[in-house]
Amino acid sequence: MAATPEVTDATFDADVMKSELPVLVDFWAPWCGPCRMVAPIVEELGEEYAGRVSFYKMNTDENPAVPSQYGIRSIPSLLIFKSGELKGTIVGFRPKSDLKKRLEEAIA
Amino acid sequence: MTADRPETYDIAVIGAGGAGLTAALYGARARRRTIAFERLMTGGQIATTELVENYPGFPEGINGTDFALNLVQQVERFGAELRHEEVQAIAPRPEGPFQIETSGGAYDAHTVIATAGADYNKLGVPGEDEFIGRGVSYCATCDAAFFQDQEVVVVGGGDAAFDEALYTTRYASKVWLVHRRDSFRASGLLQERVFGNAKIEIIRNTVVERIVGAGMVEGAELRNVQTSEVRTLPVGAVFIFIGQTPNSHLLKGLVDLDKGGHARVDLRMRTKVPGLFVAGDLRVEAARQLVSACGDGATAALAAEAYLAELGIGEG
Repeated sequence: MAATPEVTDATFDADVMKSELPVLVDFWAPWCGPCRMVAPIVEELGEEYAGRVSFYKMNTDENPAVPSQYGIRSIPSLLIFKSGELKGTIVGFRPKSDLKKRLEEAIA
Repeated sequence: MTADRPETYDIAVIGAGGAGLTAALYGARARRRTIAFERLMTGGQIATTELVENYPGFPEGINGTDFALNLVQQVERFGAELRHEEVQAIAPRPEGPFQIETSGGAYDAHTVIATAGADYNKLGVPGEDEFIGRGVSYCATCDAAFFQDQEVVVVGGGDAAFDEALYTTRYASKVWLVHRRDSFRASGLLQERVFGNAKIEIIRNTVVERIVGAGMVEGAELRNVQTSEVRTLPVGAVFIFIGQTPNSHLLKGLVDLDKGGHARVDLRMRTKVPGLFVAGDLRVEAARQLVSACGDGATAALAAEAYLAELGIGEG
């Protein structure tokens, strides 16, 4: 399974805000158990939505600017962007069926 | 097996925490067609536990997430299926297998092992969810060591709260035991120990209104329910022990439940319904430990195996 690519404070604008495709960003940190449990599900979604949605993960320990800009205080948080606009936020571990539903709503 | 009817599983496990994953492991290793359903996070309560220090055989302890991921890998290696679906109903048939309805479809299984666990009751106050794992804890035995020489709050008035308050005194410089009533449900012996412990100060008739901090817990805002006096204690952690609610809604009307909603089972995890087993935190008298949950899972799977053999259902 392909690992979700990393996005950083430095590359966020180019990779996410200016992306032609909708983007899901998985905010995580290595010490966060639920983040590690949700990561394989995000990878599966990345494969299922290949060509329709881009998927990135951002390590909140290493990248303070973007998480603070979006007021992230709990991880995992999945943020969905479309044309540079925040369209959806999913906080905490959710079942895959919920994630798909929220993702479909956000990119509709 | 007819074409319009999906194949029947030998063992269906509901809930993939320590008990459920172990049951699935034993089922798969017995070469029984085994499926496990999980509505939320595989691993259950253990998946969000930083360090498990009381599971035998790991002298330095093991990270709970690692434990859960390893166990999932082990279960899948032996061929059990794991589905991220929520079970909505268990229907026994007079003759023949159980039908299990889930968010993803319907399944038939000769035996069902319910290990849906229990969820800790929450206070439901601002800051609680935000600081879970960052000072808000539902397990002092797990997390108290992270608050060495700090002041902490323990909430509750029962055996669990008293037990865990005593445990936290090993590390904390001071323990504030906050209870909404004037009297306590905890056993006499525990009350004697708590009242006699110089590190514990008891605050009665008081509720936690809010948990505050920046990134980590820095304080608990308390309100006296009689005087309405409000004060904030500067503490690094809030340990919450206001009971657990077993996830037994699927078993209502099917098996005997105690008044707390735990399923009555015998020593082989059998309920009064032949072929239906309950293991882990969902059963009566559970020790609520990872090791005992795993043990229950193994016991239930072996009992299910014996039941299948009795029915004359051969190995898959």
